[in-house]
Amino acid sequence: MAADKAEMDVLKKECDGLRTQIEAARKGVNDGNMSSAAGSATDVGRVQLKLRKSLKGHLAKIYSMHWASDSRSMVSASQDGKLLVWDTHTGNKLVAVPLKSAWVMSVAFAPSGNLVASGGLDNMCTVYNIKAASPKTLRELDAHTGYLSCCRFLSDTEIMTASGDTTCCLWDLETGKQKIIFTNHIGDCMSLALSPDENTFISGACDSLAKLWDLREGTCKQTFSGHTSDINAIQFFPNGNAFVTGSDDCSCKMYDLRSDQEVITYQDASLNAGVTSLTLSNSGRLIFAGYDDFNCHIWDSLKGEKVGVLSGHDNRVSCTGVPADGMGVCTGSWDSFLKLWN
Amino acid sequence: MSSGMQSSSSMAQARRVVQQLRMEASFERIKVSKASSDLMRYCGEHAKNDPLLMGIPTSENPFKDKKPCTVL
Repeated sequence: MAADKAEMDVLKKECDGLRTQIEAARKGVNDGNMSSAAGSATDVGRVQLKLRKSLKGHLAKIYSMHWASDSRSMVSASQDGKLLVWDTHTGNKLVAVPLKSAWVMSVAFAPSGNLVASGGLDNMCTVYNIKAASPKTLRELDAHTGYLSCCRFLSDTEIMTASGDTTCCLWDLETGKQKIIFTNHIGDCMSLALSPDENTFISGACDSLAKLWDLREGTCKQTFSGHTSDINAIQFFPNGNAFVTGSDDCSCKMYDLRSDQEVITYQDASLNAGVTSLTLSNSGRLIFAGYDDFNCHIWDSLKGEKVGVLSGHDNRVSCTGVPADGMGVCTGSWDSFLKLWN
Repeated sequence: MSSGMQSSSSMAQARRVVQQLRMEASFERIKVSKASSDLMRYCGEHAKNDPLLMGIPTSENPFKDKKPCTVL
């Protein structure tokens, strides 16, 4: 027992030493911040987007939405127990998928457009074929021991999930089994995003940390701190070298992968609401962040300034997304509406 | 669970944490100034292909409601 305690003390000392070493190394390359460097970037001015469509159809809070790769179809999930697939150009509903469990928290569109997936407090990720005559359940992925907070397809045969059980998981849709379990977070995983080259992914969790993972090796490669509360949303910057997070601490942050640290914080003294969701415009210059204050605020990602707001929802904005062609931004809310802006 | 087993699982956990930190400590970091200028350059190069930044002409706006047609 004494030997165990001695070894624990040695390990703890090494941990503390390594943490100090990492902080010193980060400080060593911290030779200036983004907002001062961005002084020379052109101003974006006031970004005033107009509401183009309000999509009515859900009967309860909307929790999640995801664009299809065609930049035209979009799927939304509501705790009215339905997934709705929309044609955003006409505003028509294309498909309605009734859910076994109404407590849905996340929805995703497969890149092919053939499949959608959803899950939530049922701890499962269910995959549906929406191209069949009527939506058909393809797989029920059942192994997480906590709620499903986020899911993202790699293809029609692989999907990633993030869970309240603190793990993320890569699943094989042909067998319905887990391929790799990603463990390292010590709080509920709330969100994940795939890198543009799909070799890595990032996750944000209630331990206030963001982590970068090797998708094929299953290892956690980097850990990013700075937030002081749950990270609810995470997205890659389009070149894959940086990512943006949104948190219950009312701020968003951009982290750079190669300098291994935060490079800018997006916060405003007048904004006292948690960030629920975020998305970036195609060049990465604009960040659209959904807040508990019923608005989606627009940030200049380089200068760190608030440059606009999307106002119109009567309740919390729970999800946002920009399609691949960058032609607009969709916001979804607890007020049961989805709105399209550009 | 005996206290012996508990201490060995927290020992295993502690070893994993050290292993992870060793790996993260060995990472080669670039200067924040270089990271910032690369991000700025990317935004600058792609600005013209960002419809939300550039604005969308009405005739090309897929979400704008078209004028209603009258069927004669």
